[in-house]
Amino acid sequence: MAQARVYVTLKRGILDPQGEAVKNALHTLGYENIDEVRVGKYVVLTLQDSSDSEALKNTVEEICKKVLTNPVIEDFSFEIVEG
Amino acid sequence: MRTFGIIVFPGSNCDSDCFYAVRDYLNQDAQYVWHEETNLDKYDVLMIPGGFSYGDYLRPGALARFSPAVDALVKEAEKGKLVVGICNGFQVLTELGLLPGALMRNKNLKFICKYVNVRVENASTPFTSRLKMGQTIKLPVAHKDGNYYVDEDTLQQLKKNGQVVLRYSEDVNGSVDRIAAVTNRQGNVVGMMPHPERACDPLLGSSDGMYILGSMLDHLLKGGF
Repeated sequence: MAQARVYVTLKRGILDPQGEAVKNALHTLGYENIDEVRVGKYVVLTLQDSSDSEALKNTVEEICKKVLTNPVIEDFSFEIVEG
Repeated sequence: MRTFGIIVFPGSNCDSDCFYAVRDYLNQDAQYVWHEETNLDKYDVLMIPGGFSYGDYLRPGALARFSPAVDALVKEAEKGKLVVGICNGFQVLTELGLLPGALMRNKNLKFICKYVNVRVENASTPFTSRLKMGQTIKLPVAHKDGNYYVDEDTLQQLKKNGQVVLRYSEDVNGSVDRIAAVTNRQGNVVGMMPHPERACDPLLGSSDGMYILGSMLDHLLKGGF
């Protein structure tokens, strides 16, 4: 079984109000050294075995572009872990 | 009598408001269209109502766009049919790519439910012909993800093409350029965060929504563009 671990984040330069709120809370708690907080999503896809790792990668990439992210505002990265 | 098809997803909750506004105030034929429908040929106008389609899981509107009815809606939009997405419907249309931009979480992270004033920025669309350029109307908003975002280049294109239809008079949710409604390049598809269908009965505080619905009817009666 393979797992694709997908990280979805807001693009650089796009205001992240959730991240701002978390940052302000951290400052209130005394963590003054936090410059920026960005909140994203973590999606785990468990995939059936495939000997073709290139095909697997392409499938995950397609899913990320088509469904898991909105390319207008979000970026993604992923890793595939055999397990 | 013209037929308005109102697409209903699991989680839509303004479908009845649309139905009521079209049937009782516009005096036209309103019909619910379940999201599994694959042929939308018989409708003169297609409405995607507000709500929380598919629980707004992943992102608002992200899953609804894969419904069979939405595929069919794209075909009708390409033929030039009027399509209006309100609130969650606007989110579906941007996710789909029929409209530019994206709707993000409100700047203050709160669900905002109130009347707002919006200014008409283009009065020559099929959705605003009963209004005047610069006119201010009062419509309700009710959303948590209405913060409209487009990049700078796209924004300039939208302005140049007259695709910005309504602007909030004051900042409501952090939207770029205070944009409340946009059309596609062809002008037959509109998305808006304010709810015209909830502002048809004066008893509810405003009947300004009738300008929008009425404009659409006028467009149909004069035979299109």
